[in-house]
Formats: sequence, C-alpha cells, structure tokens
Amino acid sequence: MSVGTLPEVKRGLVGAAFQSKSFALGFAVTAVFILAALLSLIWTPYDATALAVSDKLKAPSGLHWFGTDHFGRDIFSMIMVGARTSIAVAFVAVGIGIAAGVPLGLWAAAKQGSLVDEIIMRANDLVFAFPALLIAILITAVFGPSAINAIIAIGIFNIPVFARLARGAALTLWTREYIFAARVAGKGAVRISAEHILPNIMNLLIVQGTIQFSLGILADAALSYVGLGAQPPTPSWGRMLADAQTMISLAPHMALFPGAAIVLTVLGLNLMGDGLRDLFDPKLRRSRS
Amino acid sequence: MTLLQIDNLSLNILGLEILSDVRFEVDRGDVVGVIGESGSGKSMTALSIMQLLPHGTEVSGSIRLDGEELLTKTEKQMCAVRGADVGMVFQEPMTALNPVKTIGDQVAETVMIHRGASRTEALSIARETLNRVGLPEERFPLSRYPHELSGGQRQRVVIAMAIALRPKLLIADEPTTALDVTTQAQILTLLKRLVDEDGMGLILITHDLAVVADIADRIVIMKSGEVVEAGPAVQLFRAMQHPYSKALMAATSHHPVRNAPKVELDAVPVLEVKSVVREYALPRKSLFAKPGAFRAVNEVSFKIHKGENVGLVGESGCGKSTLTRAILALEGTQAGEIRVGGELVTTKAGASAAARRKMQVVFQDPYGSFNPRHKVRRLVTEPFYLMGRDAPTGSALEARIAEALENVGLQPRDAEKYIHEFSGGQRQRVAIARALITHPSLIVLDEAVSALDVSIRAQILDLLADLSERLDLSYLFISHDLSVVRAITDRVMVMKAGKIVEAGETEAVFSNPQHEYTRQLLAATPDLEAALKRREIASA
Repeated sequence: MSVGTLPEVKRGLVGAAFQSKSFALGFAVTAVFILAALLSLIWTPYDATALAVSDKLKAPSGLHWFGTDHFGRDIFSMIMVGARTSIAVAFVAVGIGIAAGVPLGLWAAAKQGSLVDEIIMRANDLVFAFPALLIAILITAVFGPSAINAIIAIGIFNIPVFARLARGAALTLWTREYIFAARVAGKGAVRISAEHILPNIMNLLIVQGTIQFSLGILADAALSYVGLGAQPPTPSWGRMLADAQTMISLAPHMALFPGAAIVLTVLGLNLMGDGLRDLFDPKLRRSRS
Repeated sequence: MTLLQIDNLSLNILGLEILSDVRFEVDRGDVVGVIGESGSGKSMTALSIMQLLPHGTEVSGSIRLDGEELLTKTEKQMCAVRGADVGMVFQEPMTALNPVKTIGDQVAETVMIHRGASRTEALSIARETLNRVGLPEERFPLSRYPHELSGGQRQRVVIAMAIALRPKLLIADEPTTALDVTTQAQILTLLKRLVDEDGMGLILITHDLAVVADIADRIVIMKSGEVVEAGPAVQLFRAMQHPYSKALMAATSHHPVRNAPKVELDAVPVLEVKSVVREYALPRKSLFAKPGAFRAVNEVSFKIHKGENVGLVGESGCGKSTLTRAILALEGTQAGEIRVGGELVTTKAGASAAARRKMQVVFQDPYGSFNPRHKVRRLVTEPFYLMGRDAPTGSALEARIAEALENVGLQPRDAEKYIHEFSGGQRQRVAIARALITHPSLIVLDEAVSALDVSIRAQILDLLADLSERLDLSYLFISHDLSVVRAITDRVMVMKAGKIVEAGETEAVFSNPQHEYTRQLLAATPDLEAALKRREIASA
C-alpha cells in the first residue's frame, strides 16, 4: 500500500468509526484496561505481590479502592497487573494466530483444490476438532504451567480461525478480474497474495482479530483459573477468581472486581469488533446512516 | 380506462432527486418499452409501481392501477397487489430463484399466499403455468431444482412465478440482458405471447433499443430521471424528436470508421493457435473408474496477423472464455500449440515474460478490473512487472504513463487518482491504458464493451478502432454481441461446443452465413432496422 494514501483513508475510517455508538463505547472500555495495564508497568497503588496479613480481607475503602484479599494484597493493584498479563497473553496469542494462520490460508486459497490446500485445511479441521482447554492442559502438563505455555496453547487455536477466514475471503478475490490482470502481468501467487489479496481482506482480519482477542482474554482467565496460566506470585484475573471462591460469603468483593474486569474487557472488545464489522460492511453502513 | 397511469411521479432519496415528473401509461394488452441508460431512473420507476423502494425515499405524484391509487396504499395492502395484480421479472435468473426449493414449490408459493389455495390446488396451477411458459411436464416435472435448469429455463420459471395469478400488469426489468441471443429471442417471443393470451400490460425495461423494437407497442425514453420522449414504437423510432433519443439511436447502431489493415500473410503471425485442446476432468462416476473429461476447447486452430482485428463469437459455455485463458497462459492446455509473436506460450513452465509482454487483456467488468486500493499510476504500470529490470524508471516511466493515458483520451494527471473517482466508461479507458503500456502487439478484449451503456460503448469502440489503426495493434475481440463484433472486426470466427464452426471475413460471414448455427445466431440477434421494416410491412 502506498504510504501517501494511508492517512486519507484512515481519517475517513476513524471519523466514521466513532459515529458508531458500539465502537465508541467498546473502544473507551478497552482503552481504560489497556491504559491500566500500561500504567501498572510504572505505578500501582500498592505492590501487587506484597503480603500484609494484618490487612487481609478488607472491604473496599479510601485506602484500598477494591479492598484486599486473604493475604492482604491490594485488589486494585492486582487487577492492574492482571490486566497486563491477560492482555499480553491474548495479544501474543492473536499475533501467533494471524502470523501463522493468514499465510496458510492465503497459500491454500492460491492453490485451491490442490493437495496443499487439502492438507492445510484438513490439518485445520484437526485442530478445530480438539477442545482448546484440553490441549492447553496437555501442553501445560507436559511443559509445566506458565504464561508462555498459555500463550502457545491459545495461539495454536487461533491459527485455524484465521487460516479459514483468510482462505474464504481470498477465494472470492481470486476470481476478480484485477487478479486475472495481475496474472496476465506475470505475477506469481505469492506476489498477488501480498499485493492484491492481503490489503483487501485486511478489514475482515481486523474484525476477527478483535473478537479473537476477547476470546483470548477469556481463555487466559479459564486457564489461570485452573492454575495453568501465569504462576504465583504474578497476579492473574482467573486465579483471583479461583482464590475468591472459598471466601465468597466472607469477602464477595474478592470475586466481584476480577469478574467485572473480565466481563468488561470482553464486552468492550466485542462491541469494538461489532462496530468495526459494521464499518467495513458497506451494506450495513448504508442502512445505519 | 388505461390499466396503469403514472402521473407527475417524482422521487428523491435522502434529498437526491432520482425521478422528476415521470408520466406514462400502459393499456391492457400493451407492451411498453422503457428505455434508458444506467442512472436514467427506469428501474426506480418500476420499483415505485411495486412500492419496493429503499428506505429514506420520498415519493410524490400518482400511480393508478385500474383506477386505484397505489402510492397511498399501506404496506399490507401492497402485499396483496404484488404478485396478484402486478408481477415482476428480474434480470438475473441465477439469483432470482431459491436454490433449495423445487420449481413447483416456488411457483405454487405465490398462488398459496394470494389465493389461500390448498397445496394440491396451487401445484396444479403451477403445473399449468409452467406448461404455458414452455416447460412441459414430461421434461420439467415440478420436482426439478433451479440448478438443474439452464439460464433461459430459469428465466421461464421466474416468468411463471410472475404470471401464475394472471396479473393485470407484468414488469420485466432487463429480463434478457443476462441471456444468450438465441435464448433472448425465445424469452421475448414468450413474453409477447403471454401478453396476447392474457391481455395484460407489459412494461419492458431495457437499455437496448433493438430488444424492444420487435415487440413494443409504445416506447418511453428516459434520461436522468425524466421522460424525454414517448410515443407509439414505429412512429417514434422513425421520427425521433429529442436530441438525446437521436443520440441513443445513433449509438446503438454505431460503426466506427475503419480502414482495412494491410495484412502481410508471410510474416510471423501475432497469434497462432494450432489444434489446441483444453479438457476439464469430470467427477469420478465410481471410486475405481477413471474420471472422464469434458472437452471445452476441441482442436481449435487459427492465426491473427499484425494489425488485424479478429472476432470470436459464441454463446455462453461454447468454450470462448476457456480458449482466452489458455491464450493468456492462465491455464494449461492438453494438446496443441499457442504462439504469440512466434514465442511458444504452451510450455510446461508456462509462458515466458517475453511472450506475455506481447499480449494484454481488457476484461468485461469495469468495476471489478482494478484493485480499489491502488492509484491509477500503479494500476496501469502493473504489466511492467513483465519487463523485470528493463522496466522504465524515473522520467521514462512518467513518459510511458502519460503516453498510455493520453492514448486512451485521459489526462496524464489522472495517474494520481483512485479508480473510484472514474465512471464506468473512464474505467474501461484505464483498463485499455493498462493493456497498452507494455506496447503489446495483441490485445485480447474479453467482452470489453458488453457492460457499458450504448453511448459509452460507441465511444470506446471508436477509441479501439483508432488505437488499432494508429498503433498497428491486433485484437482478439471476444463477444456474444454480434452487432459489436461486426462493427470492429475484419474477420470473425463462430464457436460452438468447443469448435470453430465457421470463420471468414466479417462482412462475408454476416451477409452470407454458411453454417446452420451462424444463421441461427444472426436470426436471433435483435436488429432495430430490420424489426422496424418488418412491422411497417405488417401494418401496411
């Protein structure tokens, strides 16, 4: 894509994006969590790993905004650091899905009907057929639980999603006349995929990426809930929920805040994805105005 | 009393005026041809009658069917009118039918909704209607699915759906545009017969004057949302008043001025096709049987010399597109040889860049031919990829871009624009510029003017004729439209079922066709002048 053209297109898109209520709301919610995660790198109200048994199970107050847990750790600080873990895991996992899935999908589309296509797509089906959590447990059982292994496990399950999407979208583009024109100009499949197809399916990938991102956050929470994500003392939303389970009648705030954080982030990302989808779909855009 | 009376119909969508002051009428048993180019408002007029307008539309004026005002009817009342009193036939028979329902069910559906008839009763009406539209029971049982039918047969099913309840008015919006010429002629005859049998009114919307010349009783010519001229068909055609109508008429039968090229028969031909065979594998009949093959191109041979324009005509499925893709080295062949300027295209490794550089292509769809994200500069220079390191750069590149754009009547500064800033006709000019930029000796024009309005088509044909003479280009002009081929080519080849059945000088083939199939094609091609003469003789 030529550099000079980007800003113009982008300005139009960004302007239109914030016309959509769902996108604006989703973007705002997501931005709050991303900012909190970034801020936690340099500042948190308390040390999120510091134990203070004397302050345990404090209800939310001016001192501890979200209260403290059964070890006296400040829940607000833990949620900020937990946001960092969750967002990092989901982001890298989506990155793995896009980096591996999109080229595979484009390759399969370029060689439609060939053995390569068949192998890629059947391998995709195979990964799809496994329950994601089961594989994640398997990976962590073999290699030990850690945030890295959670990323790999979630990332693997993002690959077929993007491969399938990229292949489907690319297949319709391969029958366009401008692709024929490029082939008449002697361009090969790799070049055509990079130059003509990828830029034209980018919008779909961005929308799917946003939605996979929210699913990644959920998956990370699920893995750390069962103790297979980031290991203590690093705080994570899933484990905070697991810890809160036994204390639910004693200190409901311990479950409330991490739970709310997960719900809000996922909701925000999904709203953003919906908004983007409307934006990129000309038919929906027309009916909205 | 007239059947349909449209008065002062004005329509705007979100403040944009689409129709203004449209008025015409349709009598029982009358065929009214509504003619106009894209954007003339002819389809919007039809949708207004059906009250199927997009959201945000404001309508004023009056549309009376049998004296009843349609514009003031509620959506619920309109549902009773649609299908029962007014039927509609759309352009694209491939998408107008539901692929998962049988043709019997689809025709019966209308009957059941409006008459409250039982299923058996509705199916028997459906059967009778399908017989009427020429789909007899023996060959087309009600249990057929749309995918089992050809395009023309599907259009007959669509017509059956529209007339099942014997509506007073039938609206056909470009009913034959997506069909082959022989099928088109049959569908037009069918529509005329149904009008005569049922005494309904027919509004036939089309961009093609010749299509309506044979069957329309009255003509309405529209431009930019207004009726510019209306009147009885033969009279109107013979004495057109409005300058736009005259221009439209002239564009329809436009022949660019051409001088016959000097062909050097002993020189290396620009394109040589020698007994080319292209087969597609058919699905296996059983697990162990060898899959059969479908021969799309069967032992085709021909030559094109420098400066010569050669037409390739045939109906859909005859193999002309497959042959084109083989010539352009987009697909392999099973036997035979293709040489472009002496260079072999049909090698195992695919065509060399040197061979590819000698040929370029212009496609049918001016909207799908360009990557929407690139500027014209990048679009037209794409073929330079074939020249590798020899591709011009810097000021030489600028000069080549300017040259190509000026050759097709655009400005060099248009290189900085995006493709969406151009109209359909201008886009086709950009497509031609892209084909010209490597200075090829052969340009394959694959239905290159079929999607254009008649007036734009005339301009593009002029441009093509001028370019071929000025730059000594050869064209392989592929089309289903015989009148266009006649206007632009020196020689013509007629293709049927993978074989070339007739070839020769264009004028000789058209005026004295030898093969039975060529005669059929020519007879089916709408011819404005001939139709008018026939009708004048009949009425005299």
